[in-house]
Amino acid sequence: MNRQIVKLFSFIVVLFAVLVAFTSYWSVFDAKNLKAQEANQRPLLEQQQIRRGRILAADGTVIAKSVARGQGDGLRFIRKYPEGALFGHPIGYSFVQYGQSEFEQSHDEELTGEESEFGSILDQLTGQKQEGDDIVTNLDLGAQRVASEDLEAAGFGAVVAIEPSTGEVKVLASNAPYNPNEVPENLNKLFKEKIATPLYNRGTQGRYPPGSTFKVVTAAAGLESGAITPETTINAPGSIDDEGHELANDFNQDWGSISLDTALTNSVNTWFGQLGQKVGQADLFTTMEKFGFGSIPPIDLPEDELSESGVVGEAGEILRRKDPVDLARVAIGQERLLATPLQIAMVAAAVANHGKLMKPQIWNRVVDSDGRIVKKLAPSTYSEPVSAKTAEELTTAMEGVVSEGTGTNAAISGVPVAGKTGTAETPGNEACGGGEEENQAWFMGFAPADNPKIAIAASVECTEQFGNDVAAPIFRDVAEAILNGE
Amino acid sequence: MRSGTRNRELAALVPVALLLTAGFAAVFAQESSRLGNLSVIYGAYFFAVCLATHIYLRIRLPDADPYLFPLMALLTAFGLVMIYRIDESLARDQANWFVLGLVLFALTIQFLRDYEILERYRYTIAAIGLLILMAPRLPGIGEQVNGAYLGVKVGPLSFQPAEFSKIAIVIFLASYLRENREVLIVGARRILGVTLPPLKHFGPMLVVWGASMFMLVFIRDLGSSLMFFAAFLALLYVATGRFSFVVIGMAMFVVGAWFFATTVPHVHQRVEIWLHPYHDPRGAGYQILQSIFAQADGGLFGKGFGQGLITIPGAHPPAALLPAAQTDTIYSLIVNELGLFGACGVILIYLLIAARGFKVALLANDGFSKLLATGLTAVFSIQAFVIIGGVTRVIPLTGVTLPFVSYGGSSIVANFVLLALLLLVSDRARREAVQPAGRDLALGVT
Repeated sequence: MNRQIVKLFSFIVVLFAVLVAFTSYWSVFDAKNLKAQEANQRPLLEQQQIRRGRILAADGTVIAKSVARGQGDGLRFIRKYPEGALFGHPIGYSFVQYGQSEFEQSHDEELTGEESEFGSILDQLTGQKQEGDDIVTNLDLGAQRVASEDLEAAGFGAVVAIEPSTGEVKVLASNAPYNPNEVPENLNKLFKEKIATPLYNRGTQGRYPPGSTFKVVTAAAGLESGAITPETTINAPGSIDDEGHELANDFNQDWGSISLDTALTNSVNTWFGQLGQKVGQADLFTTMEKFGFGSIPPIDLPEDELSESGVVGEAGEILRRKDPVDLARVAIGQERLLATPLQIAMVAAAVANHGKLMKPQIWNRVVDSDGRIVKKLAPSTYSEPVSAKTAEELTTAMEGVVSEGTGTNAAISGVPVAGKTGTAETPGNEACGGGEEENQAWFMGFAPADNPKIAIAASVECTEQFGNDVAAPIFRDVAEAILNGE
Repeated sequence: MRSGTRNRELAALVPVALLLTAGFAAVFAQESSRLGNLSVIYGAYFFAVCLATHIYLRIRLPDADPYLFPLMALLTAFGLVMIYRIDESLARDQANWFVLGLVLFALTIQFLRDYEILERYRYTIAAIGLLILMAPRLPGIGEQVNGAYLGVKVGPLSFQPAEFSKIAIVIFLASYLRENREVLIVGARRILGVTLPPLKHFGPMLVVWGASMFMLVFIRDLGSSLMFFAAFLALLYVATGRFSFVVIGMAMFVVGAWFFATTVPHVHQRVEIWLHPYHDPRGAGYQILQSIFAQADGGLFGKGFGQGLITIPGAHPPAALLPAAQTDTIYSLIVNELGLFGACGVILIYLLIAARGFKVALLANDGFSKLLATGLTAVFSIQAFVIIGGVTRVIPLTGVTLPFVSYGGSSIVANFVLLALLLLVSDRARREAVQPAGRDLALGVT
């Protein structure tokens, strides 16, 4: 019988080997697939048990925090946003069942304290629970509030404010707003609002015809390429022929031979249209690209929630320098040119920072639960679209806009302001309900002009008013809030 | 030799007690980040109980296998810590049953020193074993769990007869086959190239097959049925050496199981869930899927002791994320928290027990002892396979306990009785190996 007993034992060994094989399959080889199964709630439930780090405004105000519910095995954390709708953009939301968006999504790793495999084994050995780190942002509570209130009064739109010398994003407001605290109850409803699109960040995702604000880019290309100097004059009649279309000034006003200052101050279309043709598509597009057009904006938000600015082709692609475009209309911010408020703010910031464009940065440091700084974000240069000299010449021209031109409502008493208005006609814009008198109103600029502390782009859609009427006051209020706050 | 054997047992018990202490320390540290001396107290209690058992063995069965008791104590310690981590009060019950199990263990050794006496009562034992199996269907005391009739409840006491009747059936089979193995071998005929057992002696085998089929229909438990029948085949094979008998038996089981799987709704459903768990992930397939998901979450090293999720946090009313974590799916929780490595460790312990158990069978001198040790070891190992295989989707998931680890009084008490019988066989076998005087008792078979 002994031989059979040994054989029986061998059979048991085989049975147990099968158990080891199946266990290995589930726990290691097929684990990734199993974790992705819809029926598997474990990954989400485990996420809920991690205390996510806080997100703080520059002054330490808590924008997002995690609150514990239940205890023991029932312990879980729920996200709370004490400032409500104020920072719905760009902070976004994070709920286990409803997903994440914007800053909460792009900084998930830091906020959950995600670590390397080695680190987590070490934590297990020492009994440490995974805990998220806090992130301190550059967002300015007061200015964000001013921007939000102004936008709510003005209509759908966005405000982006950047510190030119560092790229610190002080304000990133988008109207219509939403309250992230209400996402668990209302997410479907929020998604269904097709006109207000409250979940959509108009500052970074929304693309609008930039209108005359783009003339600053055209002027930069003209000066940079050597096509003009500040003294060069171009004859600017009431209208010019542009590839068979008529390109006209407001009220068909004939300005005669004028130089850059006068042309920008009064936003003369025929002057800039001709400048665009003079510069040529290659040089204009080169300058645009240096300002960030044609690329995903270098800001720390999820890529799918960012839009590229540029001349947009039929299939939604960004046209490049070889693609046929109506250059004169591009030069005055029309044609199929679209830009995000963030992109226009980057143009203002680059001019303000002597031609050097800093990467826009929402946060500056990550702090762990013991208060140690784990990570620090230093300012970094994105590009140098124009020389300091060109920047200075552009600043002078932009100062004229505010002091005596089309943008006088942006003026701040005692502070020199440089800026540019924009009013792009958007008749039949479905987002506005299809009205015939709808405009996209803009103001972009920086202050103080001689020592810039803040560069801002304000954009309002679906308005019958002009940039100076509706966007310039927002610029002024937000700029004042930031300058006075310091 | 004698004291050497028991000294090895003692030496093996010390790390087991330390492991239990460390396990409790880990659970306490996890729960409240405090390290009191409670874990040391629990460790000391456990060690004291084991020490008492060890001293008893030293007196009563000085030559018995020194590793079986420590290995089973190790599983019990592991189970206690695991259950404690799930629910403190369940662990307290389990600890009481552990002590009760050891008392029955001692009583079995005390009164069955001459375990051949079991042979005399083999039909009585078989009858009792089958009768208690049917008890769960009796009105008033029967208990249905998840569609299977596995429990008996009398007043506050409830127990699972299958745990005890497996021992009764093994005793019967060992005795019956010891007596009839010769005729089964000699009387076999080759028909169409297949060796068939003689019809006359085939009858009792058909009865056993019928009994396991009956269990399938009557108590609707595929797991127990599989466990019993596999033990029967194992014994039949060891007794006769005819692999063809095993093949015939397996074919009969498969045909019968297939027939009932398609006709008995409960059994059919178990098989359907096994094959297509994703058909109803929130209903019928929930337990097996959550069992697999828990393992997927464990990975190589596991989430760490006490870190796994068993219930859905904050659910009202409370809802299980890993249903029956303290019984059926305790292995999945082990994979979840201790990873593939921890799980392999557990399987290794079962394998070592199987190795020691079969060693006892190898050393035994007489046929009954050999077959008894083989049957007990086989049924124990197969029980572990049936439940681990169930939660890892090797076979359909059924409500069998993981011996010594799962929560459950019947299981732990019955398995200690099983261990007692194994040690009784072992003690005699090893003593006779030392004192060859007992040789003439052997039937001289290999």
